[in-house]
Amino acid sequence: MAAEEIRVKNKMKRQALFASLKDEKNKERHSMRRKRAKEERENPELKAKRLKENVPKTIDSMRVFDETIGESIEEDEDDLMKSFNNIGDGKSPKIFLTTNVNARKCAYEFANVLIEILPNVTFVKRKFGYKLKEIAEMCTKRDFTDMIIINEDKKKVTGLTFMHLPEGPTFYFKLSSYVEVEKIVGHGKPTNHIPELILNNFQTRLGKTVGKLFQSILPQKPDFEGRQVITLHNQRDYIFFRRHRYIFKENERVGLQELGPQFTLKLKRLQRGLREETEWEHKPEMDKDKKKFYL
Amino acid sequence: MSTDDIVWEVINQSFCSHRIKTPSGQIFCRDPYNVTGLCTRQSCPLANSKYATVRSHNGRIYLYIKTPERAHTPAKLWEKIKLSKNYIKALKQIDEHLLHWNKFFRHKCKQRFTKLTQVAITERRLVMREEERHYVGVAPKIKRREANRERKALAAAKIEKAIEKELLDRLKSGAYGDKPLNVDEKVWKKILGKLDEENEMEEDEEEEDWEEESDDGEVEYVAADEENEYVDPEELEKWLADSDREYSSDEDESTSEDESSSSEEDEGEGNDNSSSKKRKKSTTKKNKRPKVEIEFEEERELQPAEEGLAH
Repeated sequence: MAAEEIRVKNKMKRQALFASLKDEKNKERHSMRRKRAKEERENPELKAKRLKENVPKTIDSMRVFDETIGESIEEDEDDLMKSFNNIGDGKSPKIFLTTNVNARKCAYEFANVLIEILPNVTFVKRKFGYKLKEIAEMCTKRDFTDMIIINEDKKKVTGLTFMHLPEGPTFYFKLSSYVEVEKIVGHGKPTNHIPELILNNFQTRLGKTVGKLFQSILPQKPDFEGRQVITLHNQRDYIFFRRHRYIFKENERVGLQELGPQFTLKLKRLQRGLREETEWEHKPEMDKDKKKFYL
Repeated sequence: MSTDDIVWEVINQSFCSHRIKTPSGQIFCRDPYNVTGLCTRQSCPLANSKYATVRSHNGRIYLYIKTPERAHTPAKLWEKIKLSKNYIKALKQIDEHLLHWNKFFRHKCKQRFTKLTQVAITERRLVMREEERHYVGVAPKIKRREANRERKALAAAKIEKAIEKELLDRLKSGAYGDKPLNVDEKVWKKILGKLDEENEMEEDEEEEDWEEESDDGEVEYVAADEENEYVDPEELEKWLADSDREYSSDEDESTSEDESSSSEEDEGEGNDNSSSKKRKKSTTKKNKRPKVEIEFEEERELQPAEEGLAH
């Protein structure tokens, strides 16, 4: 008798009956699992087979097909990537870091964090009265290769603009769930070694462009001695920034200690040049399809 | 005047559509004619038949005056006086028009006039300046949706696992070089061993292929072993000769030093040599390792004899 078929009028009895039915069902399930576990212990192939057949459908696996995935892009082909060619030349980036006008304390604190992470970076307090284009021009004259602007709103860091100098492109990322180093439980202290870089899951053409941006901005030629690693993991268009220290343990295990900070970036706008023609922009309508991802 | 009291009673006790209460408990008034913005008996434009306020209209600031004499003609209720563009003159104008009024209205009108002129100045300046920062409103629904999706993406990402996997891949593929600095030696040896095994497996597979073609695999295997045996003593001799040379040169240089120190050095060198041999052999084949240890013993026996000669 299934639970829906219980038609006893007395509530107490009905509940008792329902409980006993549920109990029976649970016991059945547990015994089935025990049996299966036993069989699989004896014969690991069965487990492998079951796991192979029972692959859960995730949003990531049901992703809407994007024709640029897996397509190899030649650098001449994509003019946006062309500007990031300095990776191959071994020319190290020189970064100009600033905030929006009238920024609050939190923007400066975040700038301090970024200074630790980025190589060859100069922070300048934003002055009132200069336009962004004028600043970019001045930076180009002083051989800066990139410009980063921290956007603060209502005492919270809300965005990051990356401008590649002198000819763009410009990326605007929404920044969210920023966790300070102090707030991370069991965080370690970073050393001065240049960390490695892991860029995970940047698949489409747009994603690869974004990956290239980070590759060009973050330090190159890591010191392996320091065992530090910066990760930018893209999952469903959210880019998670993490910094760890790792250790290779026995039996192919890796120990990780978080160094912090944590934050999440989401690409909102990609513009050609220095904020000129909009190449790609995230619109709320794009969120309608849960399984369509752009990075 | 009695109507004023009645109006105020209604506003205060029951309801007023202009009244707005903030979470902090303050009560404000949204009536455009209110001179202070507060909901009080004194500054309520509805409950006062005699009232004065300052408003801006089309970029100009006007003084509005309401008297009980015009109360029966709502269309002409407010007397609208254009104030001068000159701030001081305008203040004087306010003083003149509100000559016999109570001090509250005179003061508040001047205060409001000052504030409005400041607002006008800021407005003008903002219009002149090209604003670079564009403000885009985001609906709370979208904010919530993005936050939720971010949370779920984070859960699906399993970032630490992904990092571990990537690092192990890098280690195994040899991205850290032959002698990685960031790996414990034991672990690295283990992984090297695995790599060797894999290589050997591949070699075996190749051999098997040969066998399938030639059908006399076993004979070949034996022959290979014999070869190794022949090669080994030669190598040993060569190596011994090398080490002898090194020892003698060492002795020449450091005759005054203690025996213990020199022997230590020798041992160290011997170790280096053996280890380098080991590495070479590990690349060639594993089963030679025990033989190297035998050589090591012989080398120690030689040591005192050499030293005796030198002395």
